[in-house]
Amino acid sequence: MADPPPPGTRLYRHRWPTRLWHWLNAIAIFILIGSGLGISNAHPRLYWGQYGANFDHAWAHLPRFPAWLTIPANYNLALSRRWHLFFALVLVFGLLAFMLASLINRHFQRDLRPRAAELRPRHLGADIAAHLAFRFHDPARPAAYNILQKLTYVAVIGILLPLVILTGLTLSPGMNAAWPWLVDLFGGRQSARSLHFIAMAAISAFIVIHLTLVILSGAWNGIRSMLTGWWRVPQ
Amino acid sequence: MSLLISRRSLIVGATALLAGCDQVARNSTARAILFKGEDMHRGIQRALMDRDALAREFRPDQRSPIFRSNGTRDPGTPEYETLAAGKFADWRLNVGGLVARPLALALTDLAHLPNRAQITRHDCVEGWSAIAKWQGPTLGSVLKAAGLRDAARYIVFTCADLYGGRPYYESIDLIDAFHPQTILAWALNDRMLPIANGAPCRLRVERQLGYKHAKYLMRVDAVASLAGIGKGRGGYWEDNVDYDWYAGI
Repeated sequence: MADPPPPGTRLYRHRWPTRLWHWLNAIAIFILIGSGLGISNAHPRLYWGQYGANFDHAWAHLPRFPAWLTIPANYNLALSRRWHLFFALVLVFGLLAFMLASLINRHFQRDLRPRAAELRPRHLGADIAAHLAFRFHDPARPAAYNILQKLTYVAVIGILLPLVILTGLTLSPGMNAAWPWLVDLFGGRQSARSLHFIAMAAISAFIVIHLTLVILSGAWNGIRSMLTGWWRVPQ
Repeated sequence: MSLLISRRSLIVGATALLAGCDQVARNSTARAILFKGEDMHRGIQRALMDRDALAREFRPDQRSPIFRSNGTRDPGTPEYETLAAGKFADWRLNVGGLVARPLALALTDLAHLPNRAQITRHDCVEGWSAIAKWQGPTLGSVLKAAGLRDAARYIVFTCADLYGGRPYYESIDLIDAFHPQTILAWALNDRMLPIANGAPCRLRVERQLGYKHAKYLMRVDAVASLAGIGKGRGGYWEDNVDYDWYAGI
């Protein structure tokens, strides 16, 4: 095995499809969450099942999201929907293109696929301990994703984003006619609406954790590598 | 310390970005691009769905216990009050525009045309849904009886209610007009349509959102273009608050 690269070595870490999608998707997600919270303000109640309106039992009464969180700032359902539905297309086709590119350039197989050895409880425990000690890189292979990172990215790309997209599609009466199986998959339009909100909350939690870890693991090095592709092995 | 600064700058940055979005939406070019999303969704949906693909229909026991009303709950104009006082016996639905034989249909005429009953879900643009049974003649059979002219492209529905002082109206294209579930409903849950839900007759266009389902129908007109009607965008909400004309999204 080759010697590990010493600290300070510049490594080409992110290929252009990954970088392009990362930023395009970051913008789309940011706008989708803001406009989505604006749409939520129109009827801030969540239900399970096929139907749900004012006289029906709501499992969640959402807060009114304040102007500094919503797009547009002032309540405007029509404009929130225009933002949301335009960037929904960016999210969907961006994700499809990224998935295709990442299969072709083997980003998924090479960088994101968890290996059997990494999934052993011992290894998982060691990685959790390393995170708690703010050690995020394996000195032997510093540019490789650690297993918690892999599992998180796989969960977001493979589960949360498809879930938020499919539940979003289920809210469309046109898509309900085109793809009736969507309604059955989620057990009704109002269940899909609840799951859409929950998926958004989970994605928001990911963003908070992701940004925190970017800062903790060297903000500028991380951001630069996502802009230019080049990353410096930390001390 | 640097962590605190970074976090604060992140929040400040995010707020600035959100405000930036409002700036962008005020730019007419950006707005035009943003509003193109509607056409893209319509194109994609129409490509993915059969022309006659049906909206989901439900069992009687799946209906909402209460079907709420929304928008106008009573038009309250003197003309409407008079019609309602006579149990709509004097009400006529005028079918005109680009048709060979203009019609004036009474409620009894609607009941004698080929009728369809369907239990469907009503989806409001705000996010709520309610399931109810609707019955009425298919719009297609009414348009066939009137004889649609070749130049007709859209069907415009004029309502008895004023919304914010302006007459409510809506429009759909011929694909939705001739869809088998598009009906002129005069019954809700096996009873005459209540005033709160659009008596004596409302449109059901089941693959689109609730605001397209015009209530208190007075006129149905076939037209070649939506220009010159209202502000030309095909409906009250489309004209006045930028809702999508294609509400299948």
